[in-house]
Amino acid sequence: MSKPILLFAQPGSSKVNKTGSWRTMMPVFKHKDCTDCRICVTVCPDACVSGKDKIYNANLDYCKGCGVCAYECPVNDIDMVLEVK
Amino acid sequence: MKKLIEGSMAVAESVKRCRPNVVAAYPITPQTHIVENLAQMVADGELKAEFVNTESEFGAASVVLGASAAGARAYSTTTSQGLLLMAEVLYNIAGMRLPVVITCANRAISAPINIWNDHSDAMVIRDSGIIMLFAEDAQELFDMHPQAFKIAENPDIMLPFMVNMDGFILTHAFESVELSDQKLFDEFLPKFNPALKLDPANPITMGTLAEPKWYMETRYKLHETQQEALPLIQKTAEEFKAKFGRWYGGLIDTYRLDDAEIGFVAMGSLIGTLKEVVDDLRAKGEKVGVLKIRSYRPFPKKEILDVCKGLKQLVVFDKSFSYGWGSILQNEMRNCFYGSKHNPMISGFVVGLGGRDIPPSSIIKAYQQTKGKEILDEFVDVNWELVGVRR
Amino acid sequence: MADTIRPKKEKAAVEESLFTSGHRACAGCGEALGAKLVMDAAGPDTIVATSTGCLEVFSTPYPESAWRMPWIHSLFENSSAVASGVEVALKALGRKGNTKIIAQGGDGGTADIGIGCLSGMLERGHEILYVCYDNEAYMNTGVQRSGLTPFDAHTTTSPSGKISFGNQRPKKTLLDIAAAHNIPYAATASVAYPADLQRKVKKALATPGPTFIHLHVPCPLGWGYKAELTLEIARIAIDTGLFPLVEIEWGKVTRVRKITKDKKPVEEYLKPQSRFRHLFASEDGKKELAKIQAIADANIAKYGLV
Repeated sequence: MSKPILLFAQPGSSKVNKTGSWRTMMPVFKHKDCTDCRICVTVCPDACVSGKDKIYNANLDYCKGCGVCAYECPVNDIDMVLEVK
Repeated sequence: MKKLIEGSMAVAESVKRCRPNVVAAYPITPQTHIVENLAQMVADGELKAEFVNTESEFGAASVVLGASAAGARAYSTTTSQGLLLMAEVLYNIAGMRLPVVITCANRAISAPINIWNDHSDAMVIRDSGIIMLFAEDAQELFDMHPQAFKIAENPDIMLPFMVNMDGFILTHAFESVELSDQKLFDEFLPKFNPALKLDPANPITMGTLAEPKWYMETRYKLHETQQEALPLIQKTAEEFKAKFGRWYGGLIDTYRLDDAEIGFVAMGSLIGTLKEVVDDLRAKGEKVGVLKIRSYRPFPKKEILDVCKGLKQLVVFDKSFSYGWGSILQNEMRNCFYGSKHNPMISGFVVGLGGRDIPPSSIIKAYQQTKGKEILDEFVDVNWELVGVRR
Repeated sequence: MADTIRPKKEKAAVEESLFTSGHRACAGCGEALGAKLVMDAAGPDTIVATSTGCLEVFSTPYPESAWRMPWIHSLFENSSAVASGVEVALKALGRKGNTKIIAQGGDGGTADIGIGCLSGMLERGHEILYVCYDNEAYMNTGVQRSGLTPFDAHTTTSPSGKISFGNQRPKKTLLDIAAAHNIPYAATASVAYPADLQRKVKKALATPGPTFIHLHVPCPLGWGYKAELTLEIARIAIDTGLFPLVEIEWGKVTRVRKITKDKKPVEEYLKPQSRFRHLFASEDGKKELAKIQAIADANIAKYGLV
């Protein structure tokens, strides 16, 4: 007798999928005027911005370059720049 | 304890002894007495289960799906239009490998609306991957449910199981049923504790999207598991017999078939009528017997070929029809013999659609017509005047 | 005394979201953001049932899953019924404890094909939070009209054309439908205000009985705006009165987000979105804009938003 194929997936296993390759624009966190409000962390649809103590960065393995963090940053401390690959 | 009870009550008494954690259902004739009895058992504290009244059969099937995925023993029951409404979910339950047990009080399908018995509803989901057995009488129904849970929940099987009973003929008829003790049930049916379930301690993802790379293997496995269920269905019936002392066949059953030349084939309550007819015909010297198909999915080809070795002819009585092609069980029987060394003549009669009465005299008449002569897809006891055909 | 001194709490290391990276949502997806915010507000002791749709497809192509809590997908229209089954199973097995249950689906899976199962779940009183991620059309299949597609929006099955301004019916009143089941808590929320959304999720999950959140999640692809504007578009929807933020407890409105200071004309919401482009292409379009303004004004009056 053989076990059924269940196609259950492991929690958080999507991380093998490096969606950073989709990106054309890249966020640059300037670390100049950051107020530690963490809005960039909160609003990232890809859960890829992290950091603490006014130093935040996007994990470029996953960042799709949507620009939401840069648009929402209240002190314009994130620039979206064309990524040269 | 032997008791004169309605077939629906026999089912409820059996399901109660199987200790389901969750029962979800939607009322539909002729299934209602089963759910009413189970609801009363929960209301009286006899059955410690969550009883969920859903907004539709679709909802009921989805509730037992979710309950089973969370690790509960889950049960539902329906028929006819309700089964069709469940169809999408039942395919899903089979594909997700969840061992839900449902009882189907087999009934005709609309239109025209008709609440009486045939097997058209069950045939709609025969290709879903669900295991389907047909019971002959109230005692077999009482006995089949613990076997159903045991087979479905086997870690190597993990498939839904549908117990089929003829609507009204079995649901509403009173029969004397031996209601075996809870203790025997508990010894026979182990607790359900699946290794993987929805549990925050082990947060798996169920129901993923299978791209073409993965899908076909899962479907192959459904078939492979159905095949592996064949010996288990037989073995489980034998285990049941050893513990409870009752036997209704494993995959199939036979009656006076050993030295017969012509075998009557059917499923469900019609078997009782066929046995009577066989006794009558035997008394007149006719060499006839009965082949009861107990397991319809998986279909027991090998066992059928084995017991039919000595037969010259099979006469199949179908309670369902595939419009544009032919009667369903007859075609499946024919398929069994294709390519085998032994090739008996196979006739097929359509009987009892929408609850049309099937008196022994009609069976005998069909037998007399077809003895030695192949007749296919003949609708028995049809009012040809109403159809508009002169015969 | 030494044993009374507790070690100084380190500032929490970066916590990974319960809806994690690597999912295949479009850049700037409002629904993905919504799911992340809802899950992180709910916490790990939560079981989630999700309908078929964008959210399910982009998060769980086997063998990958973006979900870090127990999660199940069955069909398009039954997440609320599957969640009901999970809830009664946990109760029957004595495993309910503090475990929370969320059922969720898109606007079509909730307000159209799934409304029967949703109604059953709400009526039966299960302890489940249902979250409808409303991106206002069937996005997974290519932007077809749903019952929650707004008036005059162009979709692939309600196209604007020579004699049509697009979808000719207003949005189904989903919040009212849910609240009419006399449930303890029903609210609208938006990804525009993450803290407000997360407060509502926590409040709903802390409330015994069935609760409901109608969550506005803009879709850059289907609505036709630049991905970076997801929150901005959602904000203007609120500020125009087209998507009021409301909380209803036992059928009574208990809290609204006032837009007295921020109130904007509907053109500001419609103009950046290509699905409403046709409204600005002709003189007749102006009459349509007036109709949409009337919808917004009716919302504002109904909930006292100014």
